[in-house]
Amino acid sequence: MAGKDLEKGSEAEGFEHDFESGLAVIPPDKIKDPGLEPHRVRMTDKSPAKAKNAERQVAAMFLVSVLGSFFALWAYVAFPITEDLSTVRANNLFLGLGMTLSLLGIGIGAVHWAKTLMPDFEVTEARHQTRGSEDVRAKAVEIVKLADSESGFSRRKLIRRTLYGALALFPLPALIVFGDLGPPVGNTLRQTMWKTGTRLTKDPTGIPIKASDVTLGSVFHVIPEGLAEMHEHKLEEKAKAAVLLVRLNQLDLKEDPEKASWSYDGIVAYSKICTHVGCPVALYEQHTHHLLCPCHQSTFDVTEHCKVVFGPAARPLPQLPITVDAEGYLIAQSDFLEPVGPSFWER
Amino acid sequence: MNKRFNSSRRKPLAATLVIAAGLLFSGGGYAVATNVVATTAATEYTAEQISEGRKLFLANCASCHGLNAEGTAAGPSMIGVGAASVDFQVGTGRMPGQGSGPQLPKKKVQFTEEQISLMAAYVASLAPGPAIPEQKYLEATGDATHGGELFRINCAMCHNAVGAAGALTEGKYAPNLDGVEAKHVYEAMLIGPQNMPVFNDANITPQDKNDIITYLAYIEENPSAGGFELGSLGPVAEGLFIWIFGLGLIIAITVWLGAKSN
Repeated sequence: MAGKDLEKGSEAEGFEHDFESGLAVIPPDKIKDPGLEPHRVRMTDKSPAKAKNAERQVAAMFLVSVLGSFFALWAYVAFPITEDLSTVRANNLFLGLGMTLSLLGIGIGAVHWAKTLMPDFEVTEARHQTRGSEDVRAKAVEIVKLADSESGFSRRKLIRRTLYGALALFPLPALIVFGDLGPPVGNTLRQTMWKTGTRLTKDPTGIPIKASDVTLGSVFHVIPEGLAEMHEHKLEEKAKAAVLLVRLNQLDLKEDPEKASWSYDGIVAYSKICTHVGCPVALYEQHTHHLLCPCHQSTFDVTEHCKVVFGPAARPLPQLPITVDAEGYLIAQSDFLEPVGPSFWER
Repeated sequence: MNKRFNSSRRKPLAATLVIAAGLLFSGGGYAVATNVVATTAATEYTAEQISEGRKLFLANCASCHGLNAEGTAAGPSMIGVGAASVDFQVGTGRMPGQGSGPQLPKKKVQFTEEQISLMAAYVASLAPGPAIPEQKYLEATGDATHGGELFRINCAMCHNAVGAAGALTEGKYAPNLDGVEAKHVYEAMLIGPQNMPVFNDANITPQDKNDIITYLAYIEENPSAGGFELGSLGPVAEGLFIWIFGLGLIIAITVWLGAKSN
């Protein structure tokens, strides 16, 4: 239909085409096969002295290979690896150099030999046809038909249909088993170790931090109380719970009214896990109050709830609401109120 | 008689002493409570050192930092920054500053040790602030392993894992730590110069700072065992090297393989 319409349209406009569809332009003068370059006689073919020279060069490369092999053997003995880690450097360097020379000498010598001394004439080797001969094709059809008639695949409908059913269903159990591999994710992406009253402690020692310790312009790298003493799943928990603690001049903070109670006396705590792909965001500039991620340069403004001011991160860093306990130690008011780190499917 | 005379004389003196002691302890205690993390060992400076330091300050610093060190639009107040700040900024040549780029670079030191300590004395006399660290923490005699762990947690994200420097925003950078004097490393942690945050003694204790200095000394003395360091700048430098030289070599070999012999 469409083709006919097109034809009609073209007729109306007075063009003639011997093909129907598309707007392809087929140029009449295709690029011609340039054929082979004229044969150029090599220097080594013209002068026996040059040929002799090339022969020596090839032999020299093979000799380099021989020397390289000996050098590698010598280096392995001469630069043994001892208790001192820096001995690895000399051992690897000289052993590697020797082995490189021994292999490269053979390779370069062989290529030079082929290029300068082996016969130099152009050969054309035509590609064979992709299509099989008529005989072979007829034979193949015959085999398929024979197999069909002997097995009765076309004739026995019941067998054929039940086989289709069986083939369609057999991957199902595997799919279900793969889906249930590993422990269920559950709520682990939304929760961290922080709970109401968890003390903020120093990474790596686990010493609790007093609010008075955090002087203006200070940065503390923080882990939740108890993490330093953990033995199992320590890194999994740390990867979610790591926090950066900064004290700013109260006047520099531009806080939302509903989040104003999350900071304490100018001290703010933010998740250290970048909301882009989860690198530790910890490059803090004291005077610009910018927090920079080392991986993709996402930049967060600490004065405004770590909103993104530059880079690929899509969301602000989650803020940990903090306060102090009766002894003056900084504690968490609760867990983070949103999942930390990069986006995930159900978020 | 004698005894009585003494006791009558002692009474007003004793009262004065008690009041003085009380004031000293409460005031001093208050000062300790508020500045407990800001000051380390307070060094005593003589009045003469302070007045000499003031002269140097007026001649060299006051145009930006104000005649009374109160700060101007061109430079911050020096009140409470402590002797450590002066020793770091002037001792590394960053001060007096030249030009107003994003960051004042390290350059040739403009003053003698003596002059720097006089200016430090003057600034320290203005208000309590971080003092110049004690020598015992600067001798790189700590635990390099612990120092390395602290360095990786607190310093490496800006300064690079081996202190080879790193870029920050808009032309600012964390400088290379190779060859920086232990005293200046310590002072930088204490005062947080320019855009570096403060790592006070409650966060990284003097002994921890000594451990970090020990780690830096260790990596200075023990170069990488794993081949060329290429500036220790990590995958960027390594990638650039292998793309230019490694791939260049492979392309050259390929061209040679395909070329006809003369």
